[in-house]
Amino acid sequence: MRIGIPGALFYYVYYPMWKVFFEQLDVEVVTSGKTTKALIDKGVREALADACVPVKLFFGHAMALKDKVDQLFIPRIVCLNSKTVYCPKFLALPDMIRHGLTDMPPLIDVRIDTRDKRFAVFKAFMAVGKTLKKSTPAVLEAYAKARITQMKFYQLLRHGFQPAEAIDMVFSRIAAKPVLTGEQMTFALVGYPYIINDQYISVDVVNRLRRFGINVLTPDNLSPLAIATRRYASGKRLFWTFSDKVLRSTRYFTEHKNIDGIIHLSAFGCGPDSIVDKFIRMDDNPRNVPFMSLIIDEHSGEAGIGTRLEAFVDMVKRKKRGE
Amino acid sequence: MRKVSFPHMGESYRAFQMVLTDLGNEVVVPPRPSRRTLNLGVQHSPEFACFPLKIVMGTYLEVLDMGAELLVTSGGVGPCRAGLYAELHKKTLRDLGYPVDIIVFEPPRLHPFNFISNVKRLNQARLSIKAIVECVKRGWRKVQALDNVEKMSHLIRPEEIQKGATTKVYKKVLPWIDGAYTIDEIVAAEAAALEEMKKIPRDPERLILDLGIIGEIYVLLEPASNLEIEEVLGNLGVRVERSMFLTGWTRDNTWKETTEGMTVKDAAQPYLPELIGGHGRDSIGNTIIYAKRGFDGVIQLAPFTCIPEIVARTILTRVSHDYNIPVLTFFLDEQTGKAGMVTRLEAFVDLMRMKKIQAANEKPA
Repeated sequence: MRIGIPGALFYYVYYPMWKVFFEQLDVEVVTSGKTTKALIDKGVREALADACVPVKLFFGHAMALKDKVDQLFIPRIVCLNSKTVYCPKFLALPDMIRHGLTDMPPLIDVRIDTRDKRFAVFKAFMAVGKTLKKSTPAVLEAYAKARITQMKFYQLLRHGFQPAEAIDMVFSRIAAKPVLTGEQMTFALVGYPYIINDQYISVDVVNRLRRFGINVLTPDNLSPLAIATRRYASGKRLFWTFSDKVLRSTRYFTEHKNIDGIIHLSAFGCGPDSIVDKFIRMDDNPRNVPFMSLIIDEHSGEAGIGTRLEAFVDMVKRKKRGE
Repeated sequence: MRKVSFPHMGESYRAFQMVLTDLGNEVVVPPRPSRRTLNLGVQHSPEFACFPLKIVMGTYLEVLDMGAELLVTSGGVGPCRAGLYAELHKKTLRDLGYPVDIIVFEPPRLHPFNFISNVKRLNQARLSIKAIVECVKRGWRKVQALDNVEKMSHLIRPEEIQKGATTKVYKKVLPWIDGAYTIDEIVAAEAAALEEMKKIPRDPERLILDLGIIGEIYVLLEPASNLEIEEVLGNLGVRVERSMFLTGWTRDNTWKETTEGMTVKDAAQPYLPELIGGHGRDSIGNTIIYAKRGFDGVIQLAPFTCIPEIVARTILTRVSHDYNIPVLTFFLDEQTGKAGMVTRLEAFVDLMRMKKIQAANEKPA
């Protein structure tokens, strides 16, 4: 029995938990690995032209797993915090894969909505265990171990590692070493984890900045409490979990005195970001932190992004020297 | 008196104008969206925001220049972006230096207090509750009358003998309904209008194609945004049935779901069991219903970058295949040109017609 988990979207948020859960139940987990040119080309060809880049990527990853697995794990995650939901494209992800592509393996598409019932996440995992015909004690144990691994993953994030690195560390047991130290500048890179951490599509912005000697912080590195207590000026709460998180953490970064610059990384065709980007610009920025918005798509060239980053870094440096 | 305005959406402004005037407001009637509206809107909106946001932004800028101080619009609870647009509009307009206030009507089922306080703010004439209810009832009846007349125009246009006759009569009868004030007057005006339209000389022999139009509500209801697609199709000999009118949608979203709304939901269930905001699920459900009713084709209208409709389009590929019904999608934005659209429509209609003739020939008579 092999289960495929496409290496896009929720991969960067919940992969450690899912992998441990399935492996504890003696199910082999296969991922589609890192994004490559061939993989994204496939996704672009099959997905609707108007879809956003991350969804096209997800199509590519799902197709890469087509012949390698018996089942694909694409849960329908609707709401996890009883307040905000995910983008409509996430809500219909299993349907888009099932009906938008042909000859796909069967999907495990358990629905998770914490507004419906209590302990929805736990119940969802139990339901998955049941479809795999495993005994309840085995599923319970697997769930507990999965939870512990996920906590370890969160801890690494809190130490300043990015999700992609943290996933490697959790599973290959590389000793954790501090990312960067010393008297450098610190930039906040705000955006969704599935854009920032996909090295191909983001043109590896994180490591590019690090090579300039800049410490990079993303919303994933903040504690949930720090994010939840921020308020943004907009009267109405954003509907989407990821967007809400981005807006609140931007708020946190603008108030935090160690942050020298903020970069908003967004994908072409992203619906919620059209609003988020505007809200970020309109929100109060009391310390006047320099801000840049970068939009990437499947054609993003390394040179173009590199030049813009370099220019931004130079400007921030000059500003800092002037102060 | 405070000057009030609202977004332009088809002919519905006639009813809104009446209700707001009765409540004691001075109404600035929004002009029909034009090239200028679009240019204004595009200039001040985020690039990836969907088309309705840009048109409404342009409309707001136009009515503000005409002296409006208060805007009335609808809200929403997601996950479609449109629910946040009022917030975005307010911030952008204030940023541009307009001291504007926006009254946002959230779904009263979920936010009853918001509804009451909004009505109170709009009720400048200090009418009694009974009078307000009566006033809204009249407005509602007027929207219904406008919808019914529009439906009739879709039925008659493909059969008209003299090209353009229906549009001419339609434009002539609209002011009749506009001028009616009491419910009795509105009913009488509606009857007279329908009667007048039925008088248009028709050719019943023509091969008429039945086509359903689905998609996002704003581009469906505002002819200026969909380049009068229904008129173009009517002239090509296609009887159009639109899946959405203001009255039906409002009922589904304010009080309780109609049986119509429920059937659409059930029809979409096997393909999209989740509510994804906007009209994504309705688009799928309605396509299936049209297919079952033996329609010749379906056209989906969606604003560029509309999230729910992109999801629907992805799934519609399969629906179209399973039910053997052709679906053509238009993603509309400020760049859409009418000539290009008409060419695509002509080709689509030709294909549907050929399919229909072929099917008729194959069937033993």
